Amino acid sequence: MIANSVPARRIPGLVELLTAACLIAAPFLLPHLGAAPNTVNRILVWGLFGIGFDILFGYTGLLSFGQSALYGTGGMVAAYLLTRAGFPHVITALLIGMVAAAVVGYLVGLVALRRTGIYFAMITVAIAEVFYFVEFNPLSEWTGGENGLPGVPTPRIDLGFTTLTFTTGWALYPFLAFCYFIGIVIALRIVRSPVGAILRAIRENPLRAAAVGHDIHGYKLAAFVIAAAYAGLAGGLLGVMQAFMPPDAFMFDTSGQLVMQTVIGGRGTLFGPLVGAALWLFLEDFLQGALKLGAAWKLVLGIVFVLLVCFLRQGIIGGIRDLWIRMRGRNQVESASTASSVTPVSHVPTAPSHRSAAGPYEGAILQAKGLTKRYGGLAANQDIDFSVARGEIRGIIGPNGAGKSTFFKMLTCEVAPTSGRIVFEGRDITGKSVTDVCQLGLTKSYQVNQLFNKLTVRENVVISALATLRGKFRLDMLRNVHKVPGLSQQVDHTLELVGLAARADLPVSGLAYGEKRRLEIALALASSPSLLLLDEPLAGMSPSERVETVRLLKSIAHGRTLIVIDHDMDALFEIVQRVTVLQEGRVLVEGTPAEIRSDAKVQEAYLGGVNGELAA
Amino acid sequence: MITWSNFVSQLFNGLALGALLALISSGLTIIYGTLGVLNLAHGAMFMLGGYAGFAAYQATNSFLVAVIVGSVSLLAFGVVMERVIVRHFYSRPHEDQLLVTFGLAICIIEGVRFFFGSESRNVPAPEALSGIVSLGFAMYPKYRIVLMGIVAAALLALFVVLYRTRLGMIVRAGIEDPVMVDSLGINVYRVFMVVFGIGAMAAGFAGIVNAPVASLTPDVGEAILVQTFVVVVIGGVGSFPGAILGGLIAGEIISLTSMVNPGYAYVMLFAAMTLVLMVRPHGLLGQPGRE
Repeated sequence: MIANSVPARRIPGLVELLTAACLIAAPFLLPHLGAAPNTVNRILVWGLFGIGFDILFGYTGLLSFGQSALYGTGGMVAAYLLTRAGFPHVITALLIGMVAAAVVGYLVGLVALRRTGIYFAMITVAIAEVFYFVEFNPLSEWTGGENGLPGVPTPRIDLGFTTLTFTTGWALYPFLAFCYFIGIVIALRIVRSPVGAILRAIRENPLRAAAVGHDIHGYKLAAFVIAAAYAGLAGGLLGVMQAFMPPDAFMFDTSGQLVMQTVIGGRGTLFGPLVGAALWLFLEDFLQGALKLGAAWKLVLGIVFVLLVCFLRQGIIGGIRDLWIRMRGRNQVESASTASSVTPVSHVPTAPSHRSAAGPYEGAILQAKGLTKRYGGLAANQDIDFSVARGEIRGIIGPNGAGKSTFFKMLTCEVAPTSGRIVFEGRDITGKSVTDVCQLGLTKSYQVNQLFNKLTVRENVVISALATLRGKFRLDMLRNVHKVPGLSQQVDHTLELVGLAARADLPVSGLAYGEKRRLEIALALASSPSLLLLDEPLAGMSPSERVETVRLLKSIAHGRTLIVIDHDMDALFEIVQRVTVLQEGRVLVEGTPAEIRSDAKVQEAYLGGVNGELAA
Repeated sequence: MITWSNFVSQLFNGLALGALLALISSGLTIIYGTLGVLNLAHGAMFMLGGYAGFAAYQATNSFLVAVIVGSVSLLAFGVVMERVIVRHFYSRPHEDQLLVTFGLAICIIEGVRFFFGSESRNVPAPEALSGIVSLGFAMYPKYRIVLMGIVAAALLALFVVLYRTRLGMIVRAGIEDPVMVDSLGINVYRVFMVVFGIGAMAAGFAGIVNAPVASLTPDVGEAILVQTFVVVVIGGVGSFPGAILGGLIAGEIISLTSMVNPGYAYVMLFAAMTLVLMVRPHGLLGQPGRE
């Protein structure tokens, strides 16, 4: 009902086909526009370098300022093999350089990915600088130091009946274009694979991506290695193109130029770096040559870049895409308005008797013993003993500050308890990671929405469903995400259950608050938990949304164990079988809703307390 | 051959470099701690301070005027940069903040190159402070000793501002929790502007007082920026004492390794950073949970 942000996906292989057509047409068209062949070749090398970087930055959200280290490593290894080591086969040498860069990228990633955000950026800068100095000094025997490695040969491919030689200029172009084409085809498969979907989820909300059961560290490392491999190949091609491997490939400026080109062209588009490189090299020629600006051209470029970051965040390609969507959107206003008048379907199956939901045995699915959490001198939770039977629906209430959310965080292993043990389905999960616990079948929906905001409703649910279907880490990078067995059924079923099927293709930002809350529950639900914790699922909802959500909770309780925190006691008591009351970090009392309603201690806790948060 | 006097003078060089790094890093770290913005233009500001001082020195022939101009003009520059550009990025993702300050760094570097050219420039130390002094066991350039004193005084001044004034109290509270400070009725945005200005001034001051030791080129800021990052990672982001400790550690590592083999200075620096990341990921004096 709304324009899909990537419309080209409808026709399989269209992007690949168009890329091939453009690459083939380029040598016939570009000379008429005054483009020198060497400039075109350089654009291709930068574009290839940028594909990997875009997967790392544009898709995964990891801004590295240290890609020069990997570019230089790949280039130097290939050039060393081809010159000093006398290795004859150019293409093999390029591939060895690529592998070397990937291996180095893995090691660098192990260090740099220990931290995120600005730390990550700082560490990558520092590492790249180390490579620069090491290349110049301790390793100058191998790398030629500041002289670089001259005499890198160009590839020859012996086909038996004829030999293809690629020398320089347009004669080298087909080889570089072929490399770029292969690079883009693989990258397109990666971003359309389950791994690509998870990388985007990590960019949008790493915390939630981990909480739905993905090993985000592993995936980040994978993205780093992919970027390193692309950088290594591009570095090797740089040497081949110039017949010389320059040491300044290792310079910070190289990383900076890559970042700028990617941002100028458009991050998260794969083609952005190519467009950015084309604009960069064109401006360099134009400003220096035609306008006689000399060294000042870079100042102009810097100003253009700052303006672009300020006003056109998504770069050139992103800007064109937004413009196109807006124009298309205007034409579709009519159809959209009729579509939006359809009320969201909520034919959630009516709640079965939840007492029939008991599993094969009545043993406790979750047991907590002596659970304590201290923040300094403050005890948020103290010595809580808690047990929930399989198939039970348990409510937790308590005044504000009673430690309910902390208790949930400990149960899902987001926060490690100061002391105490947690046993889930007979397994001790104390000290495990939130990812592992989710994989075991215990997850929660958050009190404050933790969604993947720039993705659509369906994509959100897909991220969560992938974790159960594929496990916490798997590198099926060349498989289309839609071909994961069972995925679409599970996603459709979940969307149907929470009544968001009609909203599936909307971005999260287009949802009403109540719908976002239900998507929040859907994210937890899609990982098929056997025990689901819901932290204030009704908070902030309008009365009609509450009614709908209560109905939803009843229906999802079927076959599951639920623990629900909420302040709306009327709604909560309607759903749950037993209630645990927390006060000041301790269990005050536990019993059936009827017992709790008439309990004097509970009444005092609420009415006698400062908070007075008694439900209306 | 490493002699005793050689070792001691390298130790002193390390101290001088370390103090300088500490000063620049504390500017970077209080900006990040308060505003949440990692200023990639910090190295360029260091360089710009040097050039502003150089221009003033050419006009007046006075080193003192050069130092004053170098710091005050950077204070003004920082305030303007915060008001015009950086302010609009507080609510945007970290990556955009990095990108825009990176772009500004390029503009500063290339702007300086445009006006002053690429060749290296010199600001000589004043007559009274130049020459060599005997420390008993080794001969040592007098200005470097003075430099240590100047930088230590600047750090002390920064310490007084941060820990003994109302503004400093607000800044430190802002590092802990900017939202809370805002809701207490303090105009956080004005504080942010002042902090950015002070941070820029620290970099500019360091740039001009260091000019007699190392000649100026438009690219001097880049290496300093990288070293500053290592300092901040070692010391802990947002921690003023961490910046000083990290600065001294980094200065000594660079200096002492250079004595044996300059090529390994960065390798050792990086090894130290990696070690800290493994053992204490949030830095020696940083608090966990700040990212």
